[in-house]
Amino acid sequence: MVAPAFTLMFLLLLGPLLGVIALSFTDYQLGSPSFSWIGLANYRDMFGDRVFWLSLRNTLTYVAIVVPAAVALGLAVALLIESGSSLRSWYRTIYFLPVMATLIAMSIVWEFMLHPQFGLINGLLQGVGLEGFSWLQDRRTALYALCVIGIWQALGFNMVLFLAGLVSIPRQLYDAAEIDGAHGAWARFRLVTWPMLGPTTVFVVVITGIRSFQVFDTVHVLTKGGPSKSSEVLIHTMYVEGFEFFRSGYGAALTVVFLVFVLLLTLVKSALTNRGVHYT
Amino acid sequence: MTPRHRTVVWSVARHLLLLCGAAFILLPFLWMISTASKPQTEIFSKSIHFIPHSFALWDNLATAFGKANLWRFLLNGVVVTASIFVLQVLIALPAAYALAKLRFAGREVLFALVLFCILIPPQATAIPVFLLFHQIGILDSYAALIVPFTISAFGIFLMRQFFKTVPDDLIEAARMDGISEFGIVWRVMLPTAIPALTAFGIFSVVAHWNDYFWPLIVLNSEHLRTPPLGVAAFRNEEAGTNYGPLMAAAIVIIAPLVVAFLLAQRRFIEGITLTGIK
Repeated sequence: MVAPAFTLMFLLLLGPLLGVIALSFTDYQLGSPSFSWIGLANYRDMFGDRVFWLSLRNTLTYVAIVVPAAVALGLAVALLIESGSSLRSWYRTIYFLPVMATLIAMSIVWEFMLHPQFGLINGLLQGVGLEGFSWLQDRRTALYALCVIGIWQALGFNMVLFLAGLVSIPRQLYDAAEIDGAHGAWARFRLVTWPMLGPTTVFVVVITGIRSFQVFDTVHVLTKGGPSKSSEVLIHTMYVEGFEFFRSGYGAALTVVFLVFVLLLTLVKSALTNRGVHYT
Repeated sequence: MTPRHRTVVWSVARHLLLLCGAAFILLPFLWMISTASKPQTEIFSKSIHFIPHSFALWDNLATAFGKANLWRFLLNGVVVTASIFVLQVLIALPAAYALAKLRFAGREVLFALVLFCILIPPQATAIPVFLLFHQIGILDSYAALIVPFTISAFGIFLMRQFFKTVPDDLIEAARMDGISEFGIVWRVMLPTAIPALTAFGIFSVVAHWNDYFWPLIVLNSEHLRTPPLGVAAFRNEEAGTNYGPLMAAAIVIIAPLVVAFLLAQRRFIEGITLTGIK
């Protein structure tokens, strides 16, 4: 009964996972008749490559911008929606729309909005007397433009997770805090909402972090990592090396670096949730 | 300020803030619809207006359908997402049932493996799976798009958790009636699991309809393109000239999921978040 599932799991998940690690110690290239074990040479090449460091730095910058912004805004929107009773489901629907809409199609819309001459954004900026940018073609702005799209897409998802967390906070806690002298919205938030949301927050931060490390669609369609590598990110570098140059061994080494970061985030999550965050 | 005043002020502030955020969220959607409804001359004009002076949506849609094989892309999307979901269910349900209700040696180890596999990001296995498919010669086919996702560790986990809550008596009664174990999975367990299965189905369809990374890697042929690949290729061919039809094509690509979402919001939000643990 479990045979088909576990056969496929070994063939398509566990095997390839071990495979990618093994591959990273070889010089295999797609189509070449043979390969040899070259130890850590791929990693040496990688650590000596300027593009890798740029790619890693850009990925970390992207994560460092998107995660706090998408988490804070998601929380803010959830709190605002919960604080009143009117138009709740309207707002929830609107904020959730980007999660449903195919990101590739919406990236193309964003590209047109960011168009240097005919784009809406530059048009609006000129309307108030500001100079626009060639957002996606300028190395000073390309990565940040991608961050905005990332935040736009992740916000609604985080909002829904926070809404679920807020609903599960027992009403009595607010009453008890009120009796203990917690008056005003800020005191209620600081003493009840925020501590009770601890596990949700950890979960949302980690899941947004992992998704941000995986950023690829917008980069591939809008900038191809350019201009001059200013928006190059890990998975895009891996895609180019592994599937455009077919340097499978080197691409595998990049994948391993990506996996290490995802693993770190997962460990942070389990460490924090096991300690019962904010319950102390 | 009296308390009454404060409530009114807060209520106004709440709507003001939420509306500002909503404007940011909706802007791309509105601009997409607006641009798709404008003729070429209005798109390349300097003045910003959302309502087109002359309405050209039907022309732009016709151009989009004429230049790109959108029907084919949508059909591919349906074939691929439906096949993935059906195969995921066929493979995951028996495993989930066994892990939840049957006693056998190694059950705990297998369940631990399932939990581990949930954590493997799809990008991590891409290179080896690509090499495997190259070796057996199934790149650039429907199979290449479907096979890697037939196994869903998350699906097994979700359904196992659900099956745990099904009373044992129900299974015992079925065994008394002489129903085989596979029969129990499909005739007893499956009907009880419809809500969980719906949530998982929504999650699966949304993820694979929108997936870009894997189809991009394995496909070459135009006739196999999934919706995201199709619209991306259309944009590359038009390279910054034909924005009206391009935006019309974007509408067509996102429409099926967005319309389904608007019709069944609660279910979709549940599906994406409950199963969003992935």
